[in-house]
Amino acid sequence: MSVTVLKPGLLSSLQDGGRPGHAALGVGRAGAMDNPAWQLANALVGNHQGEAAIECTLLGPSLRFEHAAVIALTGAPITAHVGNVPIPMWTSCHVPRGSVLQLGGMAHGCRTYLAVRGGLDVTPVLGSRSSDLHARIGHEQGRALRAGDILPVGIATPWPALQNGDVVRPLHWSLDPQPWFHVETRPLALVRGSHWSHLDETSRQYINGGTFVLSKDSNRTAGRLDGHALRLQVPLELISEAALPGTLQLPPSGQPIVLLAEAPVTGGYPRIGQVAAVDLTRLAQLRPGDTVCFQENTLDEALARLRARQQRLTQLLETIAQRLGHD
Amino acid sequence: MQQKIHFENLAEDALLLRFGECIELALNAQVQAAATRLRRDLYGLECVPAYASLLLRFDPSIWAGADGQHPHQQLQAAVSTCLRDTDQVNVVPREVVVPVCYGGEYGPDLDDVAASCGLDADAVVTRHTAGDYRVAMLGFAPGFPYLLGLDPTLSVPRRTDPRQRVPAGSVAIGGSQTGIYPEVLPGGWQLIGRTPLRLFDVDANDPSLLAAGDRVRFHAIDAETFRQLLDETASR
Repeated sequence: MSVTVLKPGLLSSLQDGGRPGHAALGVGRAGAMDNPAWQLANALVGNHQGEAAIECTLLGPSLRFEHAAVIALTGAPITAHVGNVPIPMWTSCHVPRGSVLQLGGMAHGCRTYLAVRGGLDVTPVLGSRSSDLHARIGHEQGRALRAGDILPVGIATPWPALQNGDVVRPLHWSLDPQPWFHVETRPLALVRGSHWSHLDETSRQYINGGTFVLSKDSNRTAGRLDGHALRLQVPLELISEAALPGTLQLPPSGQPIVLLAEAPVTGGYPRIGQVAAVDLTRLAQLRPGDTVCFQENTLDEALARLRARQQRLTQLLETIAQRLGHD
Repeated sequence: MQQKIHFENLAEDALLLRFGECIELALNAQVQAAATRLRRDLYGLECVPAYASLLLRFDPSIWAGADGQHPHQQLQAAVSTCLRDTDQVNVVPREVVVPVCYGGEYGPDLDDVAASCGLDADAVVTRHTAGDYRVAMLGFAPGFPYLLGLDPTLSVPRRTDPRQRVPAGSVAIGGSQTGIYPEVLPGGWQLIGRTPLRLFDVDANDPSLLAAGDRVRFHAIDAETFRQLLDETASR
C-alpha cells in the first residue's frame, strides 16, 4: 500500500502529534500546527494510534493512490477532486486503486489535513513521524514532500461500509466544521508573559486593541507580526532559557514574534505574552497578510477553555468511532 | 539544597523554575541537580534545563486539583516538597573527551581569535584544551551544547558576518561561551577547530553525545588522526 506524490503543493509535510520528551536534547515537539484538525481527520478514517497525516499549506499536493484507500480531509477548506468528482471534507471517502487526488487552493485558512486509513507509515524518528522542517528531523531528514516521494500506508482492517468498487464513495454523513474551523477573525487570547510589565504603556495599550499583520516571513517555527513597533521601558539583557510554542517574544526590532509548533527549545528574547493553547489552532490557520489581534486573558481562563475544548474533542472522537462502528 | 526558587507560570502546560539571572557554574549545577531529582521523583514531567532555569512541561489535566483547577499550584507544591528534602543528590557527572583538530581548514578563525586575544594560535589551543567544561544546556539545534568554563582570556565577540553553513563538528567560541555545531548550520561563532565525533544521531540509543550537566574536555589531535577517527565514526 502506498501513495505517490505527483506534485508537492506549496509546503506539504507529514505530521502527527509531535515529538515530546526530547527538549532537553535540543529537539522540539513540532507536529501538526492545527492539532484538533489532525486528530479529527484520523478519527474519520478510523485511525486511533496518532497516525501521521499530510499537512498541506495554502496549496495542496496531487497524490496517486497505488491501492484503494479511505481518506479524510479536515482543516482549511480546500478544493479536492479525483478526476471530475469533488471530494467532500470532514467525512471519509473511499478512493479506488490508481486514483489521483488533486488538492488545490484554500478558500480560507492556511492548513488542511489529509489522513489515510492505516496512516502514512514511515519509520518514526525519536518516537514520531512528524517532519520537523526547522530541525531537519523526521522522514527524509524532516524535509517537505517532493514529487516522486512514495509514502507507505499502514495496514488497517478492511472497512465494509466503504470498501470495494471502482468509484469514489464518501460516507453519507459529515462533521460540522464548526467550531473546529473558523472563518471569522476574533482576537487571540493572550496571557501576560514574564516581561509584560517591562513594556511601555503605549505598547501595552497597543497589544490590547491594536492590529498586527502576519508577515510573509512566517513559517512553522514562528509567526512574525508587523505593526506598531513595541518598546520596553528599558532594554533587557536576558540569558537563554527554555522557549515554547505560543510564546510572544519581543526582539530588539520591536516587531513581536509568536513561536509556533517548531519553536526552538531555547530562546533569549523577552517574553511579553503567551497565546492561549486553544487559540494556537486559529493562529495556525491564519495566512500571511491576515490581521492578528489580541485580547488579554488570565491563565485560569485559558486553562478553562482548554479543558472545555478537550472534553468536546474527546466526546466528538468517541461519537465518530461509534458511528463508524455502525456504518 | 535549599535555595530560593522563583516560579513562573509560562503556559497552560508549563512551569518555569528560576534559580537566578546569570550564567554561572554554581547556579547551573543547582539547575542540573533539581532536574535530576525531579526526573527521579515526579512522574510524567518533561524537564528542560537552561543556564539558570528549569522548564517543566506537564499535563494540566493530571495535575489539576480535586476541583479541576490550579494545576500550576499543585505542581509547584509537589516540586517544592521534592526539592526541600535534605538528602543530597550525588550525581557524578559523566566526563566526555572530545578530540579536536585545531586551526587550518578545520578552524578557519583560529588565527583571528589568537590575534584578538593577543596570543599566538598554540596558546589558544593550550588554553582551550586546558579547560574543564560543563554542558549548561542543549539548544539552538538538536545536540548543540552550550559549554561553561571557557578561559576568560579566550572570550571573543561573534563574527560580524555570520556563516550560512558552519560544518558539522565545528568547535567554536562565541563571547564567553564555547560550543560544538552538531550539524551543518548557520552560525556566527568563531570556528577554532573541528571534532570527528558525531554529536547527534537520531538512530542511536542515546541520540545526543552530550547531555546537560556533563563534563567535557577537549583533546588536540592532528589532521591525520582526525581523518582516521572520522572514518571510524562514519563506518559505525
